[in-house]
Amino acid sequence: MDLALKDLGEYITGQLPDDVTGATVSLDELMVSAKVEGIARVLAFLRDDVNCRFKQLVDVCGVDYPERVPRFEVVYNLLSLINNNRVRVMVVTDEDTPVPTVTGVFSSANWWEREAWDLFGISFSGHPDLRRILTDYGFDGHPLRKDFPLTGYVEIRYDDEKKRVVYEPVKLTQEFRGFDFLSPWEGLQAVLPGDEKAEGAEDENADGAAAEGDS
Amino acid sequence: MADTKIRNFNLNFGPQHPSAHGVLRLVLEMDGEVITRADPHIGLLHRGTEKLIEHKNYVQAVPYFDRLDYASPQNQEHVFVLAVEKLLGLEVPPRGQYIRVLYAEIGRLMNHIFTVCAFAMDTGAMTPMLWMFEDRETLMEFCERASGARMHMNYFRPGGVSHDLPPELLDDIAAWADNFPQMIDDCETLLTENRIFKQRSVDIGVITADQCFDWGFSGPNLRAAGVAWDLRKSQPYDAYAKIDFDIPVGKHGDCYDRYLVRIHEMRQSLRIIKQCIADMPGGRCKSDDRKISPPSRAEMKNSMEALIHHFKLYTEGFHVPAGETYTAIEAPKGEFGVYLVSDGTNKPYRCKIRSPGFAHLQAMDLLSNGHMLADVVANIGSLDIVFGEIDR
Repeated sequence: MDLALKDLGEYITGQLPDDVTGATVSLDELMVSAKVEGIARVLAFLRDDVNCRFKQLVDVCGVDYPERVPRFEVVYNLLSLINNNRVRVMVVTDEDTPVPTVTGVFSSANWWEREAWDLFGISFSGHPDLRRILTDYGFDGHPLRKDFPLTGYVEIRYDDEKKRVVYEPVKLTQEFRGFDFLSPWEGLQAVLPGDEKAEGAEDENADGAAAEGDS
Repeated sequence: MADTKIRNFNLNFGPQHPSAHGVLRLVLEMDGEVITRADPHIGLLHRGTEKLIEHKNYVQAVPYFDRLDYASPQNQEHVFVLAVEKLLGLEVPPRGQYIRVLYAEIGRLMNHIFTVCAFAMDTGAMTPMLWMFEDRETLMEFCERASGARMHMNYFRPGGVSHDLPPELLDDIAAWADNFPQMIDDCETLLTENRIFKQRSVDIGVITADQCFDWGFSGPNLRAAGVAWDLRKSQPYDAYAKIDFDIPVGKHGDCYDRYLVRIHEMRQSLRIIKQCIADMPGGRCKSDDRKISPPSRAEMKNSMEALIHHFKLYTEGFHVPAGETYTAIEAPKGEFGVYLVSDGTNKPYRCKIRSPGFAHLQAMDLLSNGHMLADVVANIGSLDIVFGEIDR
């Protein structure tokens, strides 16, 4: 399984040298990175090529990595019913660069691209109908971005005097409590202050370990 | 003669129409009584599940999956725990696998009973709903006896299930499974050859296999178009590889075939349930990896080690190695997938939920175009739409 997927990945990169930048296999799943301008060509190739035949676009979604440049990843999951395997195609983009739509290749991409626009603010060029889909009519912002707060900015209620639903800033009686359980010993990657002195001082280290064991 | 302008008629269907199966708002453009465009407006039940899951640890995310497709909650839990197990590289003991398959099939039966009866009610038949829901209630009691909750079980865990089944439960499920085919037969006598039901469903909302691929159809809706594709067979998970069952397929891809496929899937589910009960292995029902599955309460009272594990698992939770996976199962409605990205901490970095209903509802325009208004209701009913999973 792993080898067959690896071969398929090499085949895809070989056939589309201009649009595909690499293919990797991890956890028995094939991942193909593509250039953003060539995504429609890549998906059309994967659908029609006799060795691939990924006839179904199963899912399109965005992922936000605020610390990366460009920050968004758009992930296309494809399924081949004939070869019984899957492939994942990824492109990277930012807030300003639109991704060419793939609705011409797979009709099912329509709503998923609308969803990625709605929740992440990733724009798709050439999309027939790029409206918001999941959030409220007239919603402001893109809620699945990592910098959007979990509680949101507005809440709604029915105003009995005005006889309509009104929007108000969120008021919480208690702040949302995000517990950080990441233990400083396992989760922290950076060097702890004072650790740099331990370089080359073996006996000090041993003392430290003994002291830790006691506590 | 004065100029007469003929304008198409716009009709708002829902969001509070009983046949909209929840909170679907459908804007229909009609020429007389013929639909020329159907534009579903969704999102009225959007609860931000994906965002909430990013802020909870892995075990806390399981109950959110119950609340997606509330007609068959177990199956949604199943896909999430499978995705987490894949990232962890965790083995599930055989008994845990069989219990999960058993409850996944109970979920499938609950869903199909609901769909078939609601579809019948949409097309004018009241009785199936009244008859079959008694058995659906019995199934919910089986869920309650295993987990304590009728609907939202929160029973599956990464590594198995949360606790073992009570002693007599398997015998009771087996006894029920022996009697239920009679009820399916009764339901079929009401519907399958019923003239009104056939007039409302045969050749309505026809979709071909190629269109199904293009629109991302899966599950019974794809099989009704004649494609024998079932993830339980083609990409088996848990104990499905060891279980014998058939895949019913339709021929025409219309509402009637979608109904028939579901009826036959119920019979296959009963076969699977009986095999699960007959082959139910003994032993543990969840993984004994103490870094992932918590120790029993009794063990916790006697062992310091167990107490520490218990405390750590219920505060911090377990850490999942960095990686990403797209894992999918055959949920009653079709391919239900989770695209899970882990960054090595105790919370998912991104958890995209791929719900089958989202893809199916998208094709409403294709299915309804050129049909009458009443056929829109039949299409919605036969597609098996539940808004919990579409709006997420």
